[in-house]
Amino acid sequence: MQSTFPLFPQAASSIASDVDLLYFFILAVSSFFAVLVSALVVYFALRYRRTHADEVGHDIHGSIALELLWTVIPFILAMVMFFWGADLYFRIARPPADAMEIFVVGKQWMWKVQHPEGVREINELHVPVGRPVRITLGSEDVLHDYYIPAFRVKMDAVPGKLTTMWFTATKTGSYHIFCAEYCGTQHSGMVGQVIVMEPNDYEAWLAGGRSTGTAVENGEKLFTQLACITCHKTDSSGRGPILTGVFGSTVDLQDGRQVVADENYLRESIMNPQAKVVRNYQPIMPTFQGTVSEENLLQLIAYIKTLKVAAPATAPAAAAPRGGQ
Amino acid sequence: MNQAVKEPNSYLDAPHGVASWLLTKDHKRIALLYLISITVFFVIGALFAASIRVELLTPEGDLFSADLYNKVFTLHGVVMIFFFLIPSIPATLGNFLVPIMCGAKDLAFPRINLLSWYLYLIGATLTLAAVALGGVDTGWTFYTPYSSMASNTNVTIAALGVFIAGFSSILTGFNFIVTIHRMRAPGLTWFRMPLFLWANYATSLVMILGTPVVAITILLVGAERALGFAIFDPRMGGDPVLFQHLFWFYSHPAVYIMILPGMGVISELVAAVSRKQIFGYSFVAYSSLAIAIIGFLVWGHHMFVSSQSIYAGLVFSIITMIVAVPSAVKTFNWTATLYKGSITWDSPTYWVIGFMGLFLIGGLTGLFLGSMGLDVHLHDTYFVVAHFHYIMVGGGVMAFLGGIHFWWPKMTGRMYPEVAGKISAVLVFVGFNLTFFPQFVLGYLGMPRRYHAYPEEFQILNVLSTSGAAVLGTGYLLILFYLVASLFKPRNAPANPWGATGLEWEIPSPPITLNFETDPIVTEDAYNYAGRARKAGEK
Repeated sequence: MQSTFPLFPQAASSIASDVDLLYFFILAVSSFFAVLVSALVVYFALRYRRTHADEVGHDIHGSIALELLWTVIPFILAMVMFFWGADLYFRIARPPADAMEIFVVGKQWMWKVQHPEGVREINELHVPVGRPVRITLGSEDVLHDYYIPAFRVKMDAVPGKLTTMWFTATKTGSYHIFCAEYCGTQHSGMVGQVIVMEPNDYEAWLAGGRSTGTAVENGEKLFTQLACITCHKTDSSGRGPILTGVFGSTVDLQDGRQVVADENYLRESIMNPQAKVVRNYQPIMPTFQGTVSEENLLQLIAYIKTLKVAAPATAPAAAAPRGGQ
Repeated sequence: MNQAVKEPNSYLDAPHGVASWLLTKDHKRIALLYLISITVFFVIGALFAASIRVELLTPEGDLFSADLYNKVFTLHGVVMIFFFLIPSIPATLGNFLVPIMCGAKDLAFPRINLLSWYLYLIGATLTLAAVALGGVDTGWTFYTPYSSMASNTNVTIAALGVFIAGFSSILTGFNFIVTIHRMRAPGLTWFRMPLFLWANYATSLVMILGTPVVAITILLVGAERALGFAIFDPRMGGDPVLFQHLFWFYSHPAVYIMILPGMGVISELVAAVSRKQIFGYSFVAYSSLAIAIIGFLVWGHHMFVSSQSIYAGLVFSIITMIVAVPSAVKTFNWTATLYKGSITWDSPTYWVIGFMGLFLIGGLTGLFLGSMGLDVHLHDTYFVVAHFHYIMVGGGVMAFLGGIHFWWPKMTGRMYPEVAGKISAVLVFVGFNLTFFPQFVLGYLGMPRRYHAYPEEFQILNVLSTSGAAVLGTGYLLILFYLVASLFKPRNAPANPWGATGLEWEIPSPPITLNFETDPIVTEDAYNYAGRARKAGEK
């Protein structure tokens, strides 16, 4: 746990020390310039103190060489910070292909978590140490933001779309989860703990949890209950497109565009079916807005992702979008 | 103070009466009307700030309910940004000085100038009405869909207030641009202009080009709330992130509306306290324009974790890093100006040095946030809170108060006690750092913004911050006290108490209504201290 008066956060993810390194680099550069300029200002102000009432300063107007110097040096340093920060950001934004996936849905004012095995929890998040975890994040109402300071990661939960974040926890223990995007009355109460466990302990915890069916199983049930199955058949006789192998594929749309069927495409096609109609199909699908909760939606997507063409249903998804465009 | 001038025809004396003030077309009187109004709003905003700091003394949310706390920080932001910071320097010092520095009798459109003050008042009153009716709880950023669909507070009225106040800002900018283009005295070429004019010119461009966008955005939020327009609400096919793009397209440049005029003030003060030409005058002038223009292209750096495309993020990050350069150039030039100057230690100097220290920290911490990988951790934490307070209060308010201390004799005809001016500068500097420096540490620790209650381990830093706020508040109160007190004393300010160059120092303190007895002709560069001394020596 944290000490009572910490000045620096715990570092408990694989990316944390990289973020801290960039922080110390910018801190060093900034401190150098802050001290340099402050010292010069105070020194000049004392050294060239006015000695009599009519005195004026020297007749100095400027120096092109100096202007170039103090334009170019800050520019170069700023570019170093840009490239370093951008490289780090891309690593933070792109989950590894073998990451385990956990669904998190924010709603005023709690975090609802679904593990792939079907175990659910609220506000807490149990994860195994040393294994990449990809969080697929949704929101049921307004903007929220899933923030784990000890891991140095955060991501907005945006109503109307799915976003992604990932981390590999490196130290067992429990760490704060905060909602970082203001979301109304109990914003500061929308907090929790991420509990990092040894893999064996995690398995034991999962086994002890009350599972209400895995996400895929629940998704499959919903697929039948909501009658998706009546139109989306496994052969071409259905009124809707075949969903086998659709995830990750490129889909031709009625208006001539092509889109990659990622999580956000599937989400949109369920909630707002007329937005992107597949070529050679009629825009007849009703919206499931209001019928399907964000959690159900994630289960449906999890199920659709398993519909592979003659391939094991457990193949991991390679591409993970960090939100739409 | 031996040559104290009693100027019976000064703009303060004639004509008399309340109507002569409320219907005045004199830019100097309008500047004072603005000064009084923004001071009232500063005090209101500061009371909200004090409430926030007292609440955060303890980790539990025990002073206010969560809803009340949310309203308090929202109103602190709305009042301070829209009704204090944005009009602060342009509408007061700018209104007073832009025509005089141009050598003109007034702004180009005096009636429009008065209209802008009334629009400001209407907007401000509407926002106060929203407070009286129960407040607003969206945060000053009005993020959707919370603001458009979820919040059941007086968002529409407050937003309407901000919308109307926006027009006052547009009209002021419009007036400045026309005045600077068309009404400069003979001989006052662009590159002879005081840098305060350059800064206000650049600010006016941002006001004119940016404000309409936020006005439309706010209108759309109102339309979605009141009429059910589907713009931002995803349930109706809207896009909540679109709001953030539109909002920051204005609100990031708005940061430059708040700081550019301050940079102009500091340029004037640095030259005057060191009696020296500004080092690299044209670089300082052009850097204002560069900031104003490039500042329009960085808005997405508020959105690195918003689900904005990561490639868009790249573009916004690199431009953000580039916009830091002209600010650095200004800082280096101010520093170099002090080299071999003749530096006084009158109270304006204290404000200049205070500004330099705080603006340095504010600017440099922007680099942390512009660097994308680091921003993921820092976004929406107290690091951001500390950073923008260093810029807008450390930079903007220090410059505003420095300017007020520098031009107070000109505006009112009164000197204030020098010692008090120095003590207050030190109090504000120390109190400010004590308030906001701990917040950088809190931010890196991960304390999110807008938290009513927080984990216990953050308490000591929060207590430090609150104690700093008490020192800062004392500094502000002291200033209010001695400046107001000076008004009850006889006029004792000479025309040029600092021995500074500039057209405003060649006319009496306070000036006559038409500013100049005879139209001035400019024959020299700005800040021509050395040239004037040479000429005096030759005589």
